[in-house]
Amino acid sequence: MIAHIFEELCTGCNACVSACPTHVLDPGPTGTPLIARPDQCQTCFMCELYCPADAIYVGADQRGPEVIDPDSIRASSQLGRLRRDYDWAESGEAPDKLADFWRLGPLLMEGSEIAAKRYAQKQAATPAGSTARS
Amino acid sequence: MSPPDLETDVLVIGGGMAAAWAAISAAQNGAAVVLADKGFVGTSGVTATAGPGHWWVPPDPSLREAAIERRYQTSFGLADREWMARIIDVTWRTLPQLTGYYPFASGADGKTYYPGVRGPEYMRALRRYAIESGVRILDHHPTLELLAHRDGSVAGASGYARLERRAWSARAGAVVMATGGCAFRSGLIGSHNNTGDGYLMAAEAGAELSGMEFSVIYSISPAWNSTRTLPYMAARFYDADGVELDIPPTMSGLAHHRALASALMNGPVSADLVDAPPVLKEKLRHIQPASLAPFERRGVRLFEDRFEVKLFGEGTIRGVGGLRIIDDACQTTVRGLFAAGDTATREHVAGATSGGGAQNSAWALTSGLAAGAGAARLATRGGRREGDRALGVGGAGLRPGGSVGQVDERAAVEVIQGQMLAYDKALWRNRESLERSRTLLDDVWDEISAHRRAEGLDQVGARETAAQAATARWCAAAAIARDESRGMHQRVDAPQTLRDGDRRLLVGGLDQVWTRYETEPARQAPVEPAL
Repeated sequence: MIAHIFEELCTGCNACVSACPTHVLDPGPTGTPLIARPDQCQTCFMCELYCPADAIYVGADQRGPEVIDPDSIRASSQLGRLRRDYDWAESGEAPDKLADFWRLGPLLMEGSEIAAKRYAQKQAATPAGSTARS
Repeated sequence: MSPPDLETDVLVIGGGMAAAWAAISAAQNGAAVVLADKGFVGTSGVTATAGPGHWWVPPDPSLREAAIERRYQTSFGLADREWMARIIDVTWRTLPQLTGYYPFASGADGKTYYPGVRGPEYMRALRRYAIESGVRILDHHPTLELLAHRDGSVAGASGYARLERRAWSARAGAVVMATGGCAFRSGLIGSHNNTGDGYLMAAEAGAELSGMEFSVIYSISPAWNSTRTLPYMAARFYDADGVELDIPPTMSGLAHHRALASALMNGPVSADLVDAPPVLKEKLRHIQPASLAPFERRGVRLFEDRFEVKLFGEGTIRGVGGLRIIDDACQTTVRGLFAAGDTATREHVAGATSGGGAQNSAWALTSGLAAGAGAARLATRGGRREGDRALGVGGAGLRPGGSVGQVDERAAVEVIQGQMLAYDKALWRNRESLERSRTLLDDVWDEISAHRRAEGLDQVGARETAAQAATARWCAAAAIARDESRGMHQRVDAPQTLRDGDRRLLVGGLDQVWTRYETEPARQAPVEPAL
């Protein structure tokens, strides 16, 4: 759930107000948007991705609000981390920034096969007559 | 009512991939297009947070036939091979059009890789493509109800512009409903806006639904935040005592979900990802950055620590049901109203099973293009009819049937979730428990439709609650009426798949919910084939 907007970093552009798909934010009287409806936050991190100033921190837990210490968040590597990981921090398109994306399908399959093989081996090793726990 | 703010040929309602493709298609077919979304086109809907792979088969007849046949076998007789062939072909021809909007990279073979796209970049690309195609996008314009002519055909829609805090309305020659499916606010990533709004609005205009019994599917995630499921495919599972659970692998489908659900009903379940593919551990950040944040920000090492998991219900999002469509242009049984993506039934390509992302994305793309083209054709041929009288047809939450009173919406949603998402009720359906659910859901519906009258911004939430109640009632009614087990609809009191059960089951109605098996194709003045 969205936890904090850093007033000292926020430029008041309201990109997050617009980008939030669930209307969590309202434009604020001082420029920094207000977290007006946190109960509507789905923890999708899209506000962070769309914040050009890396001024937003979304907490990990979607079930409820998180009290954070702004100083330690700023000191951590998490502020703006998602935008850097998505490569949205660069102006213009970095070449082949999605170079590994094709691996998604094969990795899903590989993971599934690892589980299937492990399960088959376990079934084969289970002594006849014993009941599997499920 | 006051004069409309907007007049257009085609109004698209929704803002995910199906809506965007519908708008692009309508514009490219010569229509003036307005797209009104509840959220923001780019971040709205379940695609934006995902990484959709599309069904991707090269144009070699034997390869395509084999792919269709393989998938048809898991449709349990409810899919349509012609529709399947069509979505493969249209998807293959269409995705490369996004070159210049989406940063396609190379695949394993060094050639441009088209079929899999990352959600935020995909939706950003579709937004740009739509705008350049001439679509007028209205973000944060939730639609509250459809407008209908006296002859019953759809005339437009009205809603509430939530950033501007004012009502809006639009007259249109045709409307495409692409508001997504409904996951009953399960917390499933990206699904908060997907409350079945389009089903309710369409049903109020007279539309029918189909396949709503195929609405049971879950995805696994950490208990504190729904993510994509890629990291968890090879997971081992443990109970609260640290004893490893015997969970059939993901690819066993129902058995996997039932085993996990049984364990979760007994207590907390933890996952251990030590067996995950080494390349995944190394590359996840470059593939799905957002899957890591919920762990890093909680101090949990994804591939080293055990962490608690749960199953998040997907309802009709990865489930199949939706508005019944009656022609190749995805027209509903209501004149002038088209449906696309998860808002339409996906039985034509998936039948009784979800089939995962590949068919579903290809369906969203193709049904969007088809509905957009069909709507454009109808609107440019039939005109906008802006001089004809049109009235809002919305009911529950807007125009109570009885005395206005307080309705506890939080409690209402809890009842709905209890009937639709509870593992035991969904994965081990039986008539008795479904009948109990139906009674509870009827009570919720009756209360909202009789007493709730929202104003201003509050209308949006009231309609979301009403739409979830309506959707749940259709799911329950269809699950009761289909007296057998088929695909994702599993009835423990009727475990057989019946020989004559390979017919689509229709459902509809508001105060009185009805069901009937489809016996023959619906008749309605056809729109010419769309693609």
